[in-house]
Amino acid sequence: MSETVEITCISCPMGCDVELEVNEDDDIVDIDGNSCQAGIEYVKNEYRNPTRILPTTARVKGGVLPLVPVKTDEPMPKGLLDEAMEEIAKVELEAPVELGDVVIENILDTGVNIVATRDLPKK
Amino acid sequence: MNKQEYELVVVGGGPAGLAAAQEAYDQGVRDILILERDFELGGILQQCIHNGFGLHYFGEELTGPEYAQQFMENVRERGVDIKLDTMVLEVTPEKDVYAINSDDGMLYIDAEAVILAMGCRERTREAIDIPGTRPAGVYSAGTAQRYVNMEQWIPGEKVVILGSGDIGLIMARRMHLEGAEVEAVLEIMPFSGGLVRNIVQCLDDFDIPLRMQQTVTEIHGKDRLEAVTVAEVDENMQPIPGTEYKIECDTLLLSVGLIPENELSKDAGVKMHDVTGGPIVNEGRETNIEGIFACGNVLHVHDLVDWVTEESLVAGKTAANYLQGGIDKREQEIEVNPGENVGYIVPQKITNDVEDRKLVDLYMRCKKPMEHVTINLYSGDKKLLDKNERRVEPGEMITFPVPEQMISDDMDSLKVDIVKEGE
Amino acid sequence: MKDKTDILIIGGGVTGCFAARELSRYDLDITLVEKEPSLCTGTTKANTALIHAGFNADPDKLKGRLNMRGNQLYHERIQHELDVPIEWLGALVVAKEEEKLPKLEELLEKGQENGVPDLEIVKGDDIYDLEPHLADDAIAALHAPTAGIVNPFELTVALANNAAMNGADVYLEAGVEDIEDKGETKLVKTAKGDIEADIVINAAGLYADKIANMVGIDKFEITPRRGEYYLYDKQADIDVQTTVFPVPTKITKGIVVTPTDEGNVLIGPNAEVIESVENKSTTREGLDEVLNGAQKTIPELSKRNVIREFAGLRPAITETGDFLIEASDEVPGFINVAGIQSPGLASAPAIAEKVVGIVEEEIGGLKEDPDFDPNYEGPPKFRHMSHEEQAKLVEEDENYGQIICRCESVTKGEILEAIREPVGARTVNDIKRRVRPGSGRCQGGFCEPKVVNILSEELGIPENEVVLESEESKLLRERTKEPLLNEEEVSDNE
Repeated sequence: MSETVEITCISCPMGCDVELEVNEDDDIVDIDGNSCQAGIEYVKNEYRNPTRILPTTARVKGGVLPLVPVKTDEPMPKGLLDEAMEEIAKVELEAPVELGDVVIENILDTGVNIVATRDLPKK
Repeated sequence: MNKQEYELVVVGGGPAGLAAAQEAYDQGVRDILILERDFELGGILQQCIHNGFGLHYFGEELTGPEYAQQFMENVRERGVDIKLDTMVLEVTPEKDVYAINSDDGMLYIDAEAVILAMGCRERTREAIDIPGTRPAGVYSAGTAQRYVNMEQWIPGEKVVILGSGDIGLIMARRMHLEGAEVEAVLEIMPFSGGLVRNIVQCLDDFDIPLRMQQTVTEIHGKDRLEAVTVAEVDENMQPIPGTEYKIECDTLLLSVGLIPENELSKDAGVKMHDVTGGPIVNEGRETNIEGIFACGNVLHVHDLVDWVTEESLVAGKTAANYLQGGIDKREQEIEVNPGENVGYIVPQKITNDVEDRKLVDLYMRCKKPMEHVTINLYSGDKKLLDKNERRVEPGEMITFPVPEQMISDDMDSLKVDIVKEGE
Repeated sequence: MKDKTDILIIGGGVTGCFAARELSRYDLDITLVEKEPSLCTGTTKANTALIHAGFNADPDKLKGRLNMRGNQLYHERIQHELDVPIEWLGALVVAKEEEKLPKLEELLEKGQENGVPDLEIVKGDDIYDLEPHLADDAIAALHAPTAGIVNPFELTVALANNAAMNGADVYLEAGVEDIEDKGETKLVKTAKGDIEADIVINAAGLYADKIANMVGIDKFEITPRRGEYYLYDKQADIDVQTTVFPVPTKITKGIVVTPTDEGNVLIGPNAEVIESVENKSTTREGLDEVLNGAQKTIPELSKRNVIREFAGLRPAITETGDFLIEASDEVPGFINVAGIQSPGLASAPAIAEKVVGIVEEEIGGLKEDPDFDPNYEGPPKFRHMSHEEQAKLVEEDENYGQIICRCESVTKGEILEAIREPVGARTVNDIKRRVRPGSGRCQGGFCEPKVVNILSEELGIPENEVVLESEESKLLRERTKEPLLNEEEVSDNE
């Protein structure tokens, strides 16, 4: 028995709806609906190991703002986004913060770091 | 009154003002002042903490604050003067600038050139005329974004978002990630104005429904928002009776469009364009008033900050040329007119004779989405140039570079249309 | 809250505040209680803001007599004493059909009977000299040059503050829950505590019948009549010089088009009898009716440049269609000031005058307070100043160098002043009504977070305690990250 999975390709603004046919061994046996080669790569990745950059904020004490924007320095597994948010919520940094400062190293053992995306001077 | 003199005053320290100031400096202007109303530079980018900026300009994907910081560092390194927490109250046609802050008091600045880079504001509930009560809990998406990302406050727990432009989509994800429930994103049009990737990564990832051709027809709740009535709309965007249903929510975020903020420009006597809502400019982004330039979202609303930067570099460069002895004008002004399926084109005219220029970039928006199109450039009936695009949509600005050598002295107008490939 | 007073006024609208201010001229202890966190949240908040000339009101009714007298008092005293925008733009009642002409004549006669000065019927080009952008099929118009416009928010706030400066006490969030008639005095139970008063003045607007019921008076009933409005951007290119009315019908005065004191254009109201005194909802049908009606006199109006839509409720006593201003026969010391629908704002000074007369009769003579100061000055208006004046202002106080609202050029100084007045602002909407941040085209999109921040600092409360209007209208919920941390705690406990 094979199964069809639909994935919207976001490699370009076309946004093709691509259908993947997957057999019982979880092998991709057919890809249909893409308009280009990049689409094939994208949907394969998106099916096997969907990852996302997570942009959010972390709390800061004594800064010109109470929050500093942060992000993952690499894409992280999509399924862990909500859990990562909870981890980041626990952090409270001290100002000053600099762009690139590592806020959490290797979050949830993903090998991905949470880094600050701006300088935040002291108040 | 605190009187000062500057060669160039830049009104606004967001991405447009920063790039314009930087380029004017690099072209040799040393006497530059940026006036910024917020407590820091960077403009709205500082609250746009999501990634997706800079792919065109930097060739890498940055967040809003990262993109802003690059340009903030650039202007600081160059020693451009900056006044923060400073509101410009008036720009006169003579390029006198009145501004105020708590430290200097009232500033009267005699400028030789002015670049307008005030950005835009959000359309409100009134702009789309939603009746009902007036409870707390109805916000524009950008205001909510500022609260959540910078002020550290969550406006509400159960959210409906009206408008599926990028700001609406991005806020759906932000509200969800910060623990709110996003009930639905509603879109009055049959298509979303946002990027496909934002629909996937901001809605689909979190199972947030996107409901097309629906809109809010009534707001309920005496003190705090309690619910909204939603209805399906017909092809004229009118609610279809009988399709109404209610969604309980305590927060409604409106992402229903942006309007260039041109009150200062109008008072200065700058002529406005009906469709863009911004000044009418030539290819150097100079307005009808000599020495007053405009760039970024004050000129027309951009979807990508990269184009804001590109456009602002042009404005900065022309302002520098203007200050350094003037700009040679073409014998004949060339009007740039939108044709079929083109909403508007910036610049609206080509007037300058610039020696070292290779390309003139035309920025435009289509009126409706289309696939497999040809974009044609005409001078009169003569086709000068075309390019094919797989897909165009109103949400994505189209840039169309025109080689300088194609622009000749005998032209009086250019026209662009967007048609199906092969037509 | 104090526990005794000579005169207790219920209701912080224009009627109650005017009564408080006029009574504070005398050697009396005056107290005003208002149920909301802010003055001016009922009928006074949402109306056409007109000082009618007085030609429309029936001379046989209280309304007719008080409108004319009220207009006179605004001219003679109020505009000089209180720092409140009042402009005498005049009004036009425009007839487009021959058969409406007798009605114009009738209004002229009624106005003359009421004593309205300088009324005349103008025709042809004379109409368009007064109102150039009027529909081109106007054939005649009644011109009333003594008609004016006023800012009802600033007026009410000025009155309350002037009363407070002259010794009156104003309590907000002090809704009346019950009144016990103790014969000589009334014990009024409020949300802020109990207070015993010799005389109670019921100026509770939409709630006046409920307040009267508390002492057993059931001779009148308030029927809310809703009117909807559109307000246009100042920068909208709509040229309206006067207050323009169509010829009234038996049922309604028709949709008015008028400038406001700040140079916006305001159109409305329709008139719809509704059930709930809480229902200030605008409706699709109502707003369409307003726009269609307005276009009959000023055709260039459209939905373009509308910056606000709102609805207001008029507290009508339908049996009489008139104001009710009298000391109760049944309950001595209880004065009803009820049914103050249009032209209530125009009549307000005269209503207060009448109330003073009634109080004088009840007490048997009033003694003037020699220290009474009739003058009040509100926060400075940065937006109306020359750059030189602005420069001077910021030199004196740096808070005037911080623009909070960019659409209306409102400074932090003005907002602080509004909060620090004797009867200070406590809500976002109150600040908006007094000094205008958020009244412009962006409707608070940029300035609301800043206003919330200033209120939080000044009142010493967290930002999520700051309210838009009513006590329950909090704007913000939790600190960002708190919902995520709380979730964590919940799952830890499991």
